[in-house]
Amino acid sequence: MSNTLNIPTMEEMAAKGQEPEILFWVGCAGSFDDRYKRVTVAFIKILNAVGVNFAVLGPEETCTGDPARRAGNEFLFQMQAVSNIEVLNAYKIKKIVTACPHCFNTIKNEYPALGGNYEVIHHSQFLQQLIDSGKIKVKDGGEFKGKKITFHDSCYLGRANDIYEAPRKVLEKLDADLVEMKNCKKNGLCCGAGGAQMFKDAEKGSKEINIKRTEEALSTGAKIIASGCPFCMTMLSDGVKNKERENEVKVLDLAELIATANGL
Amino acid sequence: MEQFLQIFQQLCFGCLLIAAGILIYNRVKFIRRNILLGKPEDRNDQPGKRFKTMAMMALGQKQMFDRPFAGFMHFTIYIGFLLINLEVLEIVLDGLFGTHRLFYSFLGGLYPFLIHFFELLALGVVFACAVFILRRNSKLVPRFQKPEMKGWPALDGNIILIWEIVLMFALFTMNATDSILQTRGDESPFVAAHYPEAGKFAISQIFIPIYEGLSAKTLIYVERFSWWIHIIGIFSFAIYITYSKHLHIALAFPNTYFSDLKAKGEMNNMESVTNEVKIMLGMTNGNEGGLPVEDTVGTFGAKDVTDLTWKNLLDAYSCTECGRCTSVCPANQTGKKLSPRKIMMDTRDRLEEVGQGIDDNGKDYDDGKSLYGDYTTKEELMACTTCNACVEACPININPLDIILQQRRFIAMEESSTPAAWNAMFSNIENNAAPWAFPPTDRFKWADELKNKGEE
Repeated sequence: MSNTLNIPTMEEMAAKGQEPEILFWVGCAGSFDDRYKRVTVAFIKILNAVGVNFAVLGPEETCTGDPARRAGNEFLFQMQAVSNIEVLNAYKIKKIVTACPHCFNTIKNEYPALGGNYEVIHHSQFLQQLIDSGKIKVKDGGEFKGKKITFHDSCYLGRANDIYEAPRKVLEKLDADLVEMKNCKKNGLCCGAGGAQMFKDAEKGSKEINIKRTEEALSTGAKIIASGCPFCMTMLSDGVKNKERENEVKVLDLAELIATANGL
Repeated sequence: MEQFLQIFQQLCFGCLLIAAGILIYNRVKFIRRNILLGKPEDRNDQPGKRFKTMAMMALGQKQMFDRPFAGFMHFTIYIGFLLINLEVLEIVLDGLFGTHRLFYSFLGGLYPFLIHFFELLALGVVFACAVFILRRNSKLVPRFQKPEMKGWPALDGNIILIWEIVLMFALFTMNATDSILQTRGDESPFVAAHYPEAGKFAISQIFIPIYEGLSAKTLIYVERFSWWIHIIGIFSFAIYITYSKHLHIALAFPNTYFSDLKAKGEMNNMESVTNEVKIMLGMTNGNEGGLPVEDTVGTFGAKDVTDLTWKNLLDAYSCTECGRCTSVCPANQTGKKLSPRKIMMDTRDRLEEVGQGIDDNGKDYDDGKSLYGDYTTKEELMACTTCNACVEACPININPLDIILQQRRFIAMEESSTPAAWNAMFSNIENNAAPWAFPPTDRFKWADELKNKGEE
């Protein structure tokens, strides 16, 4: 494939009078966090390879307001939400895909009350659709064939929105040895970062939540911990480092797994 | 003499029934009034889905079976309780009309079969209650040993279980002595006329040898005594539960009917804030479309129970303190102070206190106390990861998370006392449009980096 990846912004598209099929909402972690930028890139590579007509907001994107709302600051949340909705509505966005379950939940469930109505899907669902429609093919499972992988359910994808199957369907495509943790799906244990905990230290306790969850993941014997959330990615990567297992156990996003398996 | 005793019993029973009725009615009125102290919220949409939720969760106890052992034991007590009530109906009618085993004359051969069945259920209830007492008081189930369970909550749980066992034994004694009396018609015409030959019953026949040596007269006393213990026990149990965590046996039904049907991840939009935000952004002058001004005044978030919605308060009265929420809470599992069950218990205890204050001192009474501060603490509320595990775990769809988040709103917007790290996050969002301190101009840098790499 060509080395130059196409990353059109809404502004550019609108200037040319074009409308994308889908908007890729990158999110703050996907834009600023060095680790999660790699997930953004992996997803962009997939979008390019499949030839999806997409766009990003680029510099016009701002925080959805999720952490502010969960921290109790409803004013700040609504300021963010209302201005984001203004931008999205001005571009007549109909469909949004995002690799962040927090952005996903907020735009899907909370923007409608403020006048933002879009079809919103998480990138795990989008990848599943691409697999189902045969647009993504993984030859013999690619390099993850037979490898032990465990999937960590993000709370905002799982319990918050009842999405448990899509990410697993994506992983099945890798022909890997998928193992479940003791607490999975609706009983999945939080990574510790939700509800704005990402942005402050935990209260006094006997243990950090991410360490507990990492222990559960490591006890499966999996060499890859798959996730679909930037906060979970950070928390579990820190957990693996804390256990000094980072050389043998990788925390990878679904998009990275699919992109790598396809040699992208 | 027997005639007189009979009428005296009927009178006593009638008075007892009325007294119990009045006491229960007053408690129900008090609880209903307290729940309605909460803010309005419409939960009357989608009746079909609501009925289905209630049928699955309350009637069918679907979620209880997530933990199969406790689920099965609980189901035994539930079915026993539900069906044995048919017999309570007979007892009440017998009590009022001075009859004995009234339904026998209607049901004939089916009657002994039903009593056999009830006795088997009663045995199941005794067994399950005994197991629950052991579980509750051993170290086997950590959720029963949490700090919020010390004292009255632990005692409350034991009282109910012991009470249920006593009720079942009264039933067995009553049936055993009754079975003996059926064969003692020759000792008195009253006995012959009063105790129809329904036969011996599945479980109570085990107790027959204990009483067989007694005279018919003594047997009548034992039978009557058990009958009274059983029915007084049931009436007082009905009153007791209105003061107890055990109220879930009634409120599980409305509570699941009025469940939150939205996606669990969705937080309620605060209309009052929307209005102000739109004014700030110059999108409206505040007169069009928005809420009337008086609705926008008031507390942002919840400081006290009256700031919560009526559904939050119904949740609190419905909670039976099983602690499944707390046992799955990531904060609680890692030793933080937060316990979703305690949040529910705090809400209920505070609401009872507010209700009592109003009854004693009038409806505008303010005792200067509040849910947040006097019951819940900032340390607890700040520890929540909003993971929804507690909401998912509750067998009757109680939502502790909503109460936690409404108090966080108070802390952030009224008290302005969120942790410094969160204040920094707030100002990052305000100034940089991201929760981290990156300049907004760097937001699209990842694409530039990628393009540069591609061109190299």
